[in-house]
This record gives sequence, structure tokens and C-alpha cells, in this order.
Amino acid sequence: MKWVRRAAIIFLLAVALACVFAERLAPADYAHQFRDIPDAPASAAHWLGTDDLGRDRFSRVLHGTRISLLLAPAAALIASFLAAVVGGTAGFVGGALERAVMSGTDLFLSLPWFFLLITVRALMPLNVSPITSVIITFALLGCLGWAAAARVVCADARSLKNSDFALQARASGSSGYRLLRHHLLPNLRPVLYAQFWISIPVFILTEANLGILGLGVSEPLPSWGSLLRELEGYSSVTSNAWQFAPLLLFISVVSCFHLVVLDRELPA
Amino acid sequence: MSKRWFASLFVMVLTLGSATAQSGTELRFCLWSEPKTFNPLLVQDDSSETVRYLTGGVLVRLNRQTQQLEPELATAWKTSRDGRTITFALRQNVKFSDGTAFSAEDVAHTIQQMMDPNLHSPTGDSFRSGEGKVETKVLWADKIAILFPAPIAGLDKLFDQVAIMSAKSPKKERAVLGPYYVAEYKAGSHLNLERNPNYWKHDSSGHQLPYIDSVRLDIQQNRDIEILRLLRGEIHLVNSLNAEYFDKVIAEKPALVHDAGPSMDSEQIWFNQVASAPLPAYKKAWFGSTNFRRAISESINREDLSRVVFRGHARPATGPVSPGNQFWFNTRLQPHPFDQKAAMKRLEQDGFRVQNGALRDKDGNAVEFSVVTNAGNRYRERMATMIQQDLAGIGIKLHVVTLDFPSLIERIARTFNYEACLLGAVNIGLDPSEQMNIWLSSAENHQWNPGQKAPETAWEAEIDRLMRAQASELNEKKRKEYFDRVQEIAWEQEPFIYLVNRNALSAISTSVQNAHPVVLRPQVFWNIDRLSLGSEVAQK
Repeated sequence: MKWVRRAAIIFLLAVALACVFAERLAPADYAHQFRDIPDAPASAAHWLGTDDLGRDRFSRVLHGTRISLLLAPAAALIASFLAAVVGGTAGFVGGALERAVMSGTDLFLSLPWFFLLITVRALMPLNVSPITSVIITFALLGCLGWAAAARVVCADARSLKNSDFALQARASGSSGYRLLRHHLLPNLRPVLYAQFWISIPVFILTEANLGILGLGVSEPLPSWGSLLRELEGYSSVTSNAWQFAPLLLFISVVSCFHLVVLDRELPA
Repeated sequence: MSKRWFASLFVMVLTLGSATAQSGTELRFCLWSEPKTFNPLLVQDDSSETVRYLTGGVLVRLNRQTQQLEPELATAWKTSRDGRTITFALRQNVKFSDGTAFSAEDVAHTIQQMMDPNLHSPTGDSFRSGEGKVETKVLWADKIAILFPAPIAGLDKLFDQVAIMSAKSPKKERAVLGPYYVAEYKAGSHLNLERNPNYWKHDSSGHQLPYIDSVRLDIQQNRDIEILRLLRGEIHLVNSLNAEYFDKVIAEKPALVHDAGPSMDSEQIWFNQVASAPLPAYKKAWFGSTNFRRAISESINREDLSRVVFRGHARPATGPVSPGNQFWFNTRLQPHPFDQKAAMKRLEQDGFRVQNGALRDKDGNAVEFSVVTNAGNRYRERMATMIQQDLAGIGIKLHVVTLDFPSLIERIARTFNYEACLLGAVNIGLDPSEQMNIWLSSAENHQWNPGQKAPETAWEAEIDRLMRAQASELNEKKRKEYFDRVQEIAWEQEPFIYLVNRNALSAISTSVQNAHPVVLRPQVFWNIDRLSLGSEVAQK
């Protein structure tokens, strides 16, 4: 299956390069409205047609991909880091601390975060630039999305702590730090990787959902979330197949991410 | 000869068949939510309003097509010179759906119930003109006078909303005088309305109305499913469509859709002009300037908004009254044209100038502000985005902020922590008195600067005076003159920058006969008792 992984890597690299050179590749400004041709099909001037306001869809996909591919992994990194710290510490130390931390995590999971996010948006100043708004959105998602992953990491850390090799290391006189640094953390890495990769599409979709509630990316900045909103509802879906390009790209990129990760994690 | 005779007989049978009551015919359409009440005096939501319209008998009915008042249970009515008393002569030999006789006592009972402060009837709110009780005097069994403590302009039209309830029937509000009664209600599923066997109305041939036997109202919140059911022929009509659904239906079955022209609804932007608002003083100065507001208005391409956002199913708006309101619309006014050169001239009068592509005020502050609108409304989000590009054309930076509705209301009605707002207005009534709560400077819905103790500008004082004058004037021509002037002031000052009037769009199966969609609610079934079903009946 090496060729599949290679193909996935090449595809991801191509997408990343296209995003880096978005300004050069985009045939038009992503915000410019060609008002005479809204919902236009693909043409030489507009490779993926135009959206409902006449904006060049290819340019918006390029810029939207750049934003989502940069910020969703950043948010996933924050969430995975917090999950590693909270879950790893609780699982490693165990006892009362683990119970207390896991109770706190359960409480965190049970809070109505969606409504809290709405409240946060309502409290934010109104004159915020679109790019600041999108950074705040993903930062919030990263800060709030660690709890479920922390439970998984905690369970894994607990089981690793009680494993034979950990007991042997302890019996050989390894300190707690050494045990954590050289034995537990390397073995937690696959779980953290998995949590990281799982979080990316989740955060992208959450951003899309938040967009409907006003916490997403502000206009005119595109993101995958705002691009996917074009397909919201039966009435929005037209016979114009190019409308599905952002969805296709989203599925392809997420699938490629999974292929790369799975191939790396699964034994040969 | 015999063939001709048979042919004539066949045609006659067909004609009679379509005109008379159609045995077993059922009209089907969807309600978008559960009706909250069957008490006609407590109606607030659209679904309950639909049930009230289909079942309730009223003294007078506003003909949704001609926009004129027509007699129903009252054969004649007269408003006193002081505007405080209205006298109705009632139709005789009318019975409720359960067979109880209708008389002036039922009208008196309904009015007393409606005005009971403990009931909190939203219908009754329109009749509360001043301190004191509303009195009813039953003059005869078929004549009643209703006395109000203070004059009410357009009093007779308000009775279009008052469904008469029986004073004696044990079925209470379930006994009705309208074309249908509620026969079955399954919460979350559907309502079945059956023909009222005692409905008083007959057509010109003497056949009892309504033509259709029953109406089935399926409760269906998902609009996508509703449209698919219409296209599959499972329901007969969709009373109100948005532009996307309209285009979707037209692509598949063009004969089904109807565009009745500009509706009463409008979309508008306004600037926060509240003196105590937590905004910098220079921004308050911008928003308080007529030149600034007019310049913004002239920089917005309304034609593009109508064409792109509403796919051509909207018209550039002129003011608070839609051209769909035949009597009250001021025909002397036109929508503000898209003219950014004229806009720049106005801004220059106030000391604004463009530097490096950005507009700056006389103190050098860059002109940048935010517009809030409710999240999830794609039309408003798209309009705001288009306005963002339009304003960039004169160097203004606009931030589009979508907020959930409670947060939006908190900002625009309580904390006043916003700069501009884009929202819509749904006008149900035609009469200008129904806009008193918007135009009076003391009103809470005077959104750009609500609840003023005294009018803060000369033009607002003038609007106050004109609105009060039209409300206490009984001569319709004079009222029109007063309200025309209000529209002109609103056009000149632009406290609301009116953007577009959305068209009234609907879809009706070709099997429904006598349907004439209009702009007033309910757009399609306003003449429910005259609708009939042809051969192409919706499949169950």
C-alpha cells in the first residue's frame, strides 16, 4: 500500500503548494463579486464557476483551504497538547488526582459549549477584522476541544503505567520523570497522533456549523466551513456540479490525512 | 341531435361538478410549526393564524386582492364621527358549525373576552386606544354597537382579525363560523379541517361554499421536504417560497410557481443614533448626519441586491410602505438611485475626503464601522457582503457581524452597543396606524433611537405630529396626505435605509382552481371558500 500513501502525500503536497501560492494561482480576488454572473458554471475565466454572489469559486477554494489547513491543525495541536498534559498527568499519577481530573473533564464535556461559544462571540468587539475573527474561532475550538481526547489519553497512560515494561523500568530504579520521558510519552504518541488527526476534520466541520450561528469566519474571508455552507439545504444545490468542488477537496484532503497516518501507525 | 344533447348534458355535469361541493376532495398543504392555540383571540404564531383564517368567521373581511373591506357576518357597519363607536348590522339566520344560532350576543361575548386584561389577547391589543373600558351595546339580535374610550383610526379594518366565538355553545372556540372546523388534531403530525355544514356563504348559483370538502394541514418543519412533496404532487400548495425554492420549482414544474410582486416585507439598515450609546463621539456625529446616511444609501446598489441576492424576486425599496400596499404607498417617491459620485459630494459637504483609498472624516478618522445582522439568514448575510463591496467603492471599510438573535436584540434594544444593523420588517397590516410603534419618537421600536422623552430632532417631531394627526383623523384622504408626508420625511432623512421589498412567491398545484395568489397573507388560500380541486388531485 506504499503507492497509496505516496499518492496521498503527493496530493497533500500539491494542495499545500497551491495554498502557499494562492495569490499567484487565483485568477481573481477571492472577495471580488462578478455580479453579472452569479452561480456561473465552470469556464476559462472561472475554473470552478462562481458562487451565489459571483465570486470566483477557485480563488475562494484556494484561500479557504489555506485558512482551514493552517488553522484547523493549529487548533488540533492545542487540543492534543492540552489532552496530553491533562490526560497524561492524570493517568500517570493516578489515584485521587486522576479521579478529580477525570471528574473535571466529565464536567467540562457536559457543559453546553455551543451556547458558551455563542456567548463568547456576542461579547467580542464588533469591529474585528475577518482574519482576527477566524484566528479567535479556531483558538477557542482548540482550547475547548481537549476533554474527550484527554479521557482516551488518561486511560492509555494508566494502562501503560501498569504495563510490564513500566514495572520493570521502575524496578530497575528509573525515576518518575525518566519513566514518563523515555517510556510512557513515546508509547502515548500513537494515541495523540490519532486524536490530532481526528480533531482536524471535526474542527473544520465545527467551524462550518458555527458559521451558521455567527461565530465562524467573517465575510468576505473564505474557509472550508463557509464554502461548505453553499451546499446547505436542498434549495441551494443546483445542477452545477462545480458547486461540489469544495466538498470533494475537503473529503480528499481529510482522507489523504488518514491514509498517511494509518499507513504510519499500522504495523506492516 | 341526441348526440348534441348528450354533449350539452355532459358539459353541464362537468361545470356543476367543478362549481358545487366536491365530495371527498381534500386540499393538502403544510404548516411549518405546531399551532400554539385554537383560541382565535390568543393567536400569535403563523400556524395558529392559518387555522384561524380557515375556521374563523369575521364581521368584515379585507379582500386580499382588491385590498378593500367586504361584508361577511356584518352586512353593514358604520363608524361614528368621533371614531369611538362602530355599529354593525349582522347577517340573519347564521349558525355556528355545531348548529348554535349566531346573534349580536356572540359578538358582544367575543369583544368582552378579547378586551379582558386577564386574557392578554394579542388581537385585543390593536383595539386598546386609551384608558377606560370597551363597552358593547346589543341594540337588537342583529345589531350591535361597540364603544371605545378613544378614537381608533382604521377601526373597521381591525375586525378582519376578530373571529367571532359563540357565547352559548358548549364547544366554545371549537364552534366556528368560518368555512371549516377542526375535526382532528394529531400533535406533531397533522390537522384535519372539515367543511362547516352550516357555513352561511353561497356562490352566485346558490351552492353552499366552500367547494372543497376538507383541508389537511401536515405539520412539516423541513422546507426541503415540503418542496419535494409539492413536486411529487403530495401537497397542493406552498403559501410562501423563498427565491431559491422558487427557482428550484420553476426548473422542474414551471406551471406551479407564482410571483405576485413586491410583498409588504422590507429589508433595511439603520445606524445607531442613541445619544447614550457606547460609541466614540465622532461615529455618533457620522450616524447623526443626514448627509452621511444619504451618502451610504446612494452608495448601495439596490438593483444588484434584488437581482443577485433575491434572484430577481425583489424590488428596490422606497420607504416604509411597499408598492404592494395599493392605497398607502406614496407614488411620488422613487427608490434612491445608485450614485456614488453624488454620495461623495454629500460626504464632502460634511468634510469627508478620500486619502490613499480610504475615506476619512474632517478630523482624519478612517470611516470604518460594523453592521450586525442575525446569523443563519443567508439573504441578509449576502446583502451585507454586497453592501461591504459597494461601500468599499467610496473608501468605507464595513465589518459584517452575524449574531444569534438574542445577542442581536440585546445589543440593539438594551445595551445599544452596535453601530449599524441590517434587519427586515414584516408588515401584516396595511394601515399606517399599525406603524405607530415604529415612527413615534417615544416608541420602543423606533429602532435608531428608541424611547425618546421628547423628539431629539425637528424631523422626528414632525413625524410624531403627522402620525398622531393621521391616527385621529377619520377622513381617509387627509390621513393619506399626512402619511404621504411621513414617507417623504423618511425618504429625505433615511433613519432607515430601505433596501428591497421581497416579492410574494408561492406555488400551487395546477389542480387547484380559482387560485389567485396575492401579496397579502395568506397569499394563496385567501379565498379558501372559492377554491376547488380539478381532476389532478394530490396523491395520498
